[in-house]
Amino acid sequence: MSREKTIVLEVNGRRHRAAFPPHRTLLEALRELGHVDVKCGCEKGDCGACAVLLDGEAVDSCLTLAWTAEGRAITTIAGLGGATSPHPLQEAFARLGAAQCGYCTPGLIIASESLLRKTNNPDDDAIRLALSGNLCRCTGYTKVFEAVREVARGRAVGGTQ
Amino acid sequence: MYAEFDLETPERLEDALAVLANGDGAAVLPLAGGTNLVVDLRAGRIAPNRLVSLGRIDALRWIRRTDGRIALGGRTTISDLLRSAEIAQYAPALVDAARVFGGQMVRNAATVAGNIACGSPAADLVPPLLCLDADVVLTSAAGARTVPLAAYFTGYKTDLRRPDELISEISWPIPAAPSANQFYKLARRKGDAITVTGVAISISVTNGVCTTARIALGAVSPAAMRARGAEALLEGHALTPALIEEAGRRAAEECRPIDDIRASADYRRHTVHVLTRRLINEAWARLA
Repeated sequence: MSREKTIVLEVNGRRHRAAFPPHRTLLEALRELGHVDVKCGCEKGDCGACAVLLDGEAVDSCLTLAWTAEGRAITTIAGLGGATSPHPLQEAFARLGAAQCGYCTPGLIIASESLLRKTNNPDDDAIRLALSGNLCRCTGYTKVFEAVREVARGRAVGGTQ
Repeated sequence: MYAEFDLETPERLEDALAVLANGDGAAVLPLAGGTNLVVDLRAGRIAPNRLVSLGRIDALRWIRRTDGRIALGGRTTISDLLRSAEIAQYAPALVDAARVFGGQMVRNAATVAGNIACGSPAADLVPPLLCLDADVVLTSAAGARTVPLAAYFTGYKTDLRRPDELISEISWPIPAAPSANQFYKLARRKGDAITVTGVAISISVTNGVCTTARIALGAVSPAAMRARGAEALLEGHALTPALIEEAGRRAAEECRPIDDIRASADYRRHTVHVLTRRLINEAWARLA
């Protein structure tokens, strides 16, 4: 009945071929493939730590079965940028103190990027709506909002990305 | 741990319906956004033999205005509702509900049909759709049938959908007369919270008289319900503060709430009264 199937997952532009059983979540599959930048939090869609972009839209990878992500572009936080060439959101989060313990940060940045791909000038209401599925118990969100606002302003005036 | 199951990921609606039709009963389940179903799988609350993912079936994902109705495909996501000009114009109650639905990632995955099909009395899209007089289309390999959403739920998490059917379409009429509809979710937080009390209302007004009133309640009965007695108090009258107060009180009498971890039955009744009165007052003030 339940059997493994070899599928191709395109993660951050690289194709992985691997066999997974049907119940394997995208979160579990990504971490098995070494993408441990995707964090495992509540595993029921409440905390947002496992967020990834699926064809450019943020989803909880813990609620996505790996087989259903085949053929779609998966982007993790490492796919946006890293220490040597940070994405503007990563740079702003670091500089403005929007990351403290850091566990929620990959998900917060993915959710923010999903927002900014749809709108260049979100007001605070739009930011609040976009980040309503990301729990952060350190920052109180104030500096997170500052970082998102700053990157949005940069894009609105034709800045990076 | 998970019970073992098969997973199909068809690209065509016919193929999905064929899998459901060959299921020999309830062991085959449709998988849409997965935001409830995957959680239930992991918790062992459900143990299907087979899942049919609808994720690749774009033929079920659309919103359009046709023949005096707004219609949408079952796999339309909650985020799709928030991006739609038709929904913003004709169904602000649905926008109110979509804005307080889970978090962004859940809204990007969860679907309108899924929210209905899960059958939770606290499903936030159901009261708005009830107050809009929505119909649902149930499609199987054998054909399609249309049922009013108001008749769809038969009890706590029970409904008219056969295991071989999908909720393929949801639609409702655009009122001819000036009308207003809105929804309020009472919960601990705006995002990521289960509803304590949900109230949706819709009224139409002609020549200073309320010609149509709909009051739909969530999380205060075994399934989302219409407060038909309260609606009848309003229809055919110019609304006064006293009449609106009376309708709020009547809605509170009609609901059948329970005590649970989120609130007491008494508190839920009280909030049905207050929220019904408030929403009708606001809508009447805008239209009259």
